[in-house]
Amino acid sequence: MNLYKLTYKPLGSIAVLVSWPKVIHTDILKNINLFRHKIQADMGEYILEMAPAYNSLAVFFDTTKIKYSSVVTDLKEIYASKDQKLLTANKIWKIPVCYDDEYGIDLEKMAKSKKMTKKKIIELHGKPLYDVYFIGFLPGFLYLGGLAPELEYPRKANPRIQVNKGDVALAGNQTGIYPRVSPGGWNVIGNSPLNFFNKDVFPPCFAVSGDKLKFIPIDTLRHAEIMKEVEAGSYEIESEMYG
Amino acid sequence: MDNNILILSEGMHCSIQDLGRKGYRSFGVPIAGAMDKYSAILANKLLNNDEKLPVMEITLVGPKMMFEDHSLIVLTGADMSPELNGTPIKMNYVYEVKTSDVLSFGALKAGVRTYLGVKGGFKTEKNMNSYSYYDGITSKNKISKGERLKIASYDANLEVTSSKIKVKSSHFNLRKLEVTKGPEFNRLTKKHRELLFSKQFKIDKLNNRMGYRLKNKFPPIKDSEIITSAIIPGTVQLTPGGKLIVMMRDCPTTGGYPRILQLTDVAINQLAQKKENDTFKFDLESSFDFLGRLVSRFKD
Repeated sequence: MNLYKLTYKPLGSIAVLVSWPKVIHTDILKNINLFRHKIQADMGEYILEMAPAYNSLAVFFDTTKIKYSSVVTDLKEIYASKDQKLLTANKIWKIPVCYDDEYGIDLEKMAKSKKMTKKKIIELHGKPLYDVYFIGFLPGFLYLGGLAPELEYPRKANPRIQVNKGDVALAGNQTGIYPRVSPGGWNVIGNSPLNFFNKDVFPPCFAVSGDKLKFIPIDTLRHAEIMKEVEAGSYEIESEMYG
Repeated sequence: MDNNILILSEGMHCSIQDLGRKGYRSFGVPIAGAMDKYSAILANKLLNNDEKLPVMEITLVGPKMMFEDHSLIVLTGADMSPELNGTPIKMNYVYEVKTSDVLSFGALKAGVRTYLGVKGGFKTEKNMNSYSYYDGITSKNKISKGERLKIASYDANLEVTSSKIKVKSSHFNLRKLEVTKGPEFNRLTKKHRELLFSKQFKIDKLNNRMGYRLKNKFPPIKDSEIITSAIIPGTVQLTPGGKLIVMMRDCPTTGGYPRILQLTDVAINQLAQKKENDTFKFDLESSFDFLGRLVSRFKD
């Protein structure tokens, strides 16, 4: 799997920060996930947890069992080892999103400034299969890749004090879903009635790094229905396997 | 049967904290936990508790509470002139409390955060392997007036161990914080590094459990952003606007600014006892790395 030139640096005294070249690309995403699985299999005994990001992997190790330099040596050896196919069980998740005016509060403004119809924005947003790169920032916040370049749009100059749970938003070349009420500087174009984080189940997030997401437009009525079903625990998120 | 504490007034920001929520970073879940772990652990040690048991973290202004049952308590960290039934009590000393005893606080004498430990620990909600309050993981993020907090039941026949210890004043007064180099330290020029280790830094108004912003204007660096990557409590980020932000216990799992320094855990505990306008220097010289080697100042 020795594809990239990696760097290894300490992150405090508790983790090794492994970094890939400074690009966001699905090849790097796959390489990080493969490495992550190999580390888990090979060094699970010494590793407490791992936090992947676009082009990095923080490997938190048990400082009572192993020292930094040994972790780095082991990681390098694992990375240099002969390629093994990773048996992926990744999914494509169908995420219902209501883009109606009630929820897509920044659509109007975006449409005007982009000289594009709202319909076109919704169509462009719903078209791609987004890649789930990792989860960070807030519990259950998915970092997605694959936004149509036509939809790139600056973040708001003044962040909103409150965006709602499930708000689907975009900023720069990124799009995402706020997993809970929080302040937010991204432009809100819709809302999904799903739960993206559930502290009471394990794993708390249905999507994992390497999965894909597809946004399915729904109307306000269906949004309300799904919300009820989610609350009652009877809603099953549509998904299909891939890879 | 659990015992209870009734909150009569809530103070400024009180929450239940233990040593944090580990193992969920890849789901975006912050570690949380006591800001000053040293004082939280001390509270439990003085009570002969397991050091991992949850304690109450009290910030700047103390609450008022009534014990509805017997227990043993201890206060560590910042001295907020505590009183039991109107009589001043000592810090770092175990007291027995009885039904209807009232604990209150007065003027803040030193530090920022006080920890209240009870024998056997608090028995509040536990989510994802931790009692630490964090919005969205626990149902509330602070303790409010009128609330009843469950604590472990206490057998009054147990012997009362009254060990008193003297906490080093450096825990509150030390004006330098030990740091190691962060992953993007090498982006700093010699001039940046000289500034970083000679200047007194002043804490901004914006300081909380998530992070401490520093007031000083720091010259921006060329490569002023990073592709979003992991951060941990104690990571010092330099924003494109030239502000330093020290991440604290509730910090997000990832960030997008260069990580130029990393506070040691001791330094996080010390910073947790500092407030707006307090000053300190970053101290790389005296820092040892995880291999026990002295980290030299300007070597990459």
